[in-house]
Amino acid sequence: MKKVLNLILFLGFTFWCFAQDHVNSENRIANRHCLDCHGQRVYSFVNPDDGSTVRKLMPVDFRVDSALFYTGAHHIFKCVDCHVPEYDSFPHPNQLRFEPMYACLDCHGGDDTYAKYHFETIDEQFQKSVHSPETLNGFTCWNCHDPHSFRINQRTGESIANTIAYDNAVCMKCHFETGSEVMLLLANEKLKPMSVSHDWLPNQELHFRQVRCIECHAAMHDSLLVAHLVSPADSAVKQCKECHSRNTMLLSSWYRFQNIENRNKNGFVNGVLLNEAYVIGASRNEILNILSLILFGLTLGGILVHALFRLKMNKRKRHE
Amino acid sequence: MSEKLYLYPLWLRLWHGLNALFFLTLLVTGISMQYSDIDFPLVRFDLAVTGHNIAGIGITLSYFMFITGNLFTSNGRQYRINIRSLFSDLLAQGRYYLFGIFSKQIPPFPVTLKSKFNPLQRVSYIGAMYVLFPIVAITGWALLFPETIARQAFGYSGTLLTALLHIVMGFFMSIFMIVHVYMCTVGKTPLSNFKSMINGYHEAH
Repeated sequence: MKKVLNLILFLGFTFWCFAQDHVNSENRIANRHCLDCHGQRVYSFVNPDDGSTVRKLMPVDFRVDSALFYTGAHHIFKCVDCHVPEYDSFPHPNQLRFEPMYACLDCHGGDDTYAKYHFETIDEQFQKSVHSPETLNGFTCWNCHDPHSFRINQRTGESIANTIAYDNAVCMKCHFETGSEVMLLLANEKLKPMSVSHDWLPNQELHFRQVRCIECHAAMHDSLLVAHLVSPADSAVKQCKECHSRNTMLLSSWYRFQNIENRNKNGFVNGVLLNEAYVIGASRNEILNILSLILFGLTLGGILVHALFRLKMNKRKRHE
Repeated sequence: MSEKLYLYPLWLRLWHGLNALFFLTLLVTGISMQYSDIDFPLVRFDLAVTGHNIAGIGITLSYFMFITGNLFTSNGRQYRINIRSLFSDLLAQGRYYLFGIFSKQIPPFPVTLKSKFNPLQRVSYIGAMYVLFPIVAITGWALLFPETIARQAFGYSGTLLTALLHIVMGFFMSIFMIVHVYMCTVGKTPLSNFKSMINGYHEAH
């Protein structure tokens, strides 16, 4: 009996694994041809002239991490859904270097399926930002959002900490401590190290870990969970009180969405308690506020009554 | 001429003064941060943070002074409780504060060199200094180094729980301080107990 049960469990588990994998399996087979080289740091091919095996490093820009790809937003696609089938031959034909790349709006624009992401608004904001192609020649969505690994964190129940780390890593790809080659390519300049440009900020490391860069560097938009109107550095938020206050600007961004989601899911009190984001001056618990005011009032009231009685009795004693 | 008792040695008065200074700074800056408002800032936020941090470090150091003093002088004995008679003692002292004090009754536990606190004072001082203070200090230091706080505890955000505990305990400490200051007016004259903490001598009723 035990063996039969084990067999059923084993078959059930195998079937479940198969069902999970089936979605991607067809694409995986089709993509394997590309990822055999582009999914590797070192790829090899046979030199048709002398039959020798040549090993080469795959340039970073052409490398695709298959693990990230299959957990990313675009995992349902085959490589040739976005790239021309001529890539099938190797060496790839030279003219493919000039293959036009799709932009986000080519697929996501004007489509009700993606309406909640507001791609058109994102594009408007992006065009007005310091990242606009007008400011940075050749800057596209792909510079921040690698289509081969891009993942959606907001609206997926991902924790605040992980979302912040993911989103900030996007910025840090170019804006890391010593600046990057990409910055040289796009802006022909090298940025100041982050610790220097943010030396005015107390608890730097904590802020970098707990707050998304865009909270201070991009103008909030009501319908966007990820603001894209990134402003010049000199107009970034520098006043503590803009976040650390009751009317915190953080409440007009993604944290508000997280809070509402949390409260809907866990109820008001739990929603407040389970809220991962604690911001001094902004995180307030109304129930505790009221309780503390009552207790404070009772204490002062008690003291006042006691003091008045003492005064009255003292006066009476003096008259006696 | 009333009897004068030397109850408060210099180290204790120094500690008390420092403690009061740091505590008031923590109270004002803490309230300012917690109820920070763009339109009505009590203390500028960055100054409040710096002030709170400095005063927090200061009050921790002064706490070690208090503990050391209590360990190596006779002052530590003042915090010992007689458990057996605690309830009746508290009741007697409570009855005095609520009723007897108005009719100028003799306090049930007069101040002596061996016993300068009445049972209610003793319990509340122990609660404030040996229970509330360590919790506020430990959570405060944890918030100073938030990387030491567990991300999740019992399914809740570690930082939020730590901050909540810090604020709630800090609030109770503030309530203690208000009552403490008021009760200090219950002396021979309303100011005599405050003078005691300057010159060290307690004036008996």
